[in-house]
Amino acid sequence: MLQQLAQLTLNGLITGAILALTGVGATLVFGIQRIANFAQGELLTFAAYVGLVLNAVYGQNLAVATLGAVLATALLALAMHLLVLRPLRGRGLVATSLITVGLGLMIRDVVFIVAGPQIRQLRIDQSAVLDLGPVRLSPGQAVAIAITAVAAPAVAFLLARTTLGKSMRAVADNRDLAAIAGVDVERIGTWVWLLAGGLAGIGGIMVAVVQGTFDPNLGFQVLFLIFTTVVLGGIGSAYGALAAGFVLGLVMELSTWSGFAGGLEPRFKPVLAFLALILLLLYRPQGLFGKARVL
Amino acid sequence: MAVLNPAFWIFVAAIAGIYAIMALGLYVQFSLAGLPNFGHVAFMAVAAYTMAILVARYAWPLPLAAAAGVAAAVAFALLLGVPSVRLRSDYLAIATVAGGEIVRYLAMNLPELTGGPLGSMGLLGPGQIALYNQGWQAFLDRVASALSVLLGDAASRDVAMALVVWLLTLVLLCLFWRLERSPWGRVLKAIREDEVAALAVGKNVVAFKLQALVLGAILGALAGLLLAWQIGVFSPDDYQPTLTFYAYLILILGGMNRVWAIPVGAVLFSLLYAGTRFLDFFPLSLFDSGSRAFLRLFMVGFLLVLFMALRPQGVLGDRRQLLLEK
Repeated sequence: MLQQLAQLTLNGLITGAILALTGVGATLVFGIQRIANFAQGELLTFAAYVGLVLNAVYGQNLAVATLGAVLATALLALAMHLLVLRPLRGRGLVATSLITVGLGLMIRDVVFIVAGPQIRQLRIDQSAVLDLGPVRLSPGQAVAIAITAVAAPAVAFLLARTTLGKSMRAVADNRDLAAIAGVDVERIGTWVWLLAGGLAGIGGIMVAVVQGTFDPNLGFQVLFLIFTTVVLGGIGSAYGALAAGFVLGLVMELSTWSGFAGGLEPRFKPVLAFLALILLLLYRPQGLFGKARVL
Repeated sequence: MAVLNPAFWIFVAAIAGIYAIMALGLYVQFSLAGLPNFGHVAFMAVAAYTMAILVARYAWPLPLAAAAGVAAAVAFALLLGVPSVRLRSDYLAIATVAGGEIVRYLAMNLPELTGGPLGSMGLLGPGQIALYNQGWQAFLDRVASALSVLLGDAASRDVAMALVVWLLTLVLLCLFWRLERSPWGRVLKAIREDEVAALAVGKNVVAFKLQALVLGAILGALAGLLLAWQIGVFSPDDYQPTLTFYAYLILILGGMNRVWAIPVGAVLFSLLYAGTRFLDFFPLSLFDSGSRAFLRLFMVGFLLVLFMALRPQGVLGDRRQLLLEK
């Protein structure tokens, strides 16, 4: 039972890393543009398929495929921002949400048309399971850990130490105050979309390798988990999202531990996360760590 | 299949009417009361499942099971609505779409209750095919035989279905056209425009919003029941969140804030949705029938973006009554 606990903790940390990284991008976009980006999930889908093309069609290794996917997804997010969402700013919350829903449908169905609805996988030897004493690591999980080991410190450094990262957090926290303090809000907005796209790209590849197989619904399935992460961490709070991603990942996995009142059946994990999202929106919209204020 | 196959277009007409009722439900919630419900599909799913379970498993008579389905949708609306109508609009959108997804996941993962991924066919457990539709088919047969006095050989079950659906649609549209111009409708619009002002003149804002949510849920439930009867078998996959956005597109295609624009939008949407399978010229000839399903969904997304960008009030809408700009 303890061995199961260790395994679930590991799985939870890996899920958590995916949610934390994608959540940071989503929360900054939410904070800066004041929109719920329903197309965020499709950015992950797009990344997984760019990775698939580079990896399986052009025979590049996973590192190259990941870099390519990150770049391409960052550019797609930037295009969404510059071509659609920025010109249409000021349309109101619901109109903007509907626009992102429409963009999400467009991206997902282009992937469906081009790549087909078949189940795909990146070229990793899924049978080479690593046995690390009490826990076992699938090759996909190993890749995900490697990606996290590079990406998470880089993101943390960007947000904590660089002027760009500090400006992003400032704008996401309070746009007007940041503008008065001399931050070029427009320029930061562009960078935030690039960052959000890049992180969604990383997340997409990670979901693809951890799941093993995927289809074009990959991103939409994690969209609400990303939303839950964003709300849990407090909308606009990058550090909040980083922490909340790991909390959510761990809670979801550990809820199935048999030592915990027999454990929740794994098939109900998403329901648990959705319920958490609704309850959070109702009773603690400022997130676990946020201070209460008018949002 | 030929473009001029009447049976196909009668089927499409029935679907268009059902979509009009579904969109009318959203109209009450969104256009009148300003509640951006992104999980409208949940009301359809809850009603259809309740009805099918009661009929197939407990052999309830159809009218009673249908009433129970509507009641279940109302209960779900209250469960979701009582806490959440107070939320800011984009939070409400997220909460409702999550609520809809909970319903779909539960339907998928509780096979003992819902038949699981198999859907309504699996309601009686493995090895048996469950049906919930005989009662409705018998009703349609009676309507058809009554119609044959007027229409002769042309009166079929499908014609009867289309007529029943559109009759109900028109009755409901008239009813809600009237309701919108009642004091009740004016209060809802006032709340939509300025909640604080409505509060200040002593209106119970939360109660009015809940009433709109419940009325919308009833209409959604009716659409869900009719859709279930029309398609004969359903599964959790039929209740993807996209269905809700069909309803939004119908509102936008017609006109965001005019009741009589809803059937226009529903017909336009259905023509667009069903008609694309017949267009066989370049570049559409590049897509096989499998890809065309995704092409249609792509078009739904594209039109949503396009209309939101260029004409957010819809084709026949009134710009002055536009809540999207808030």
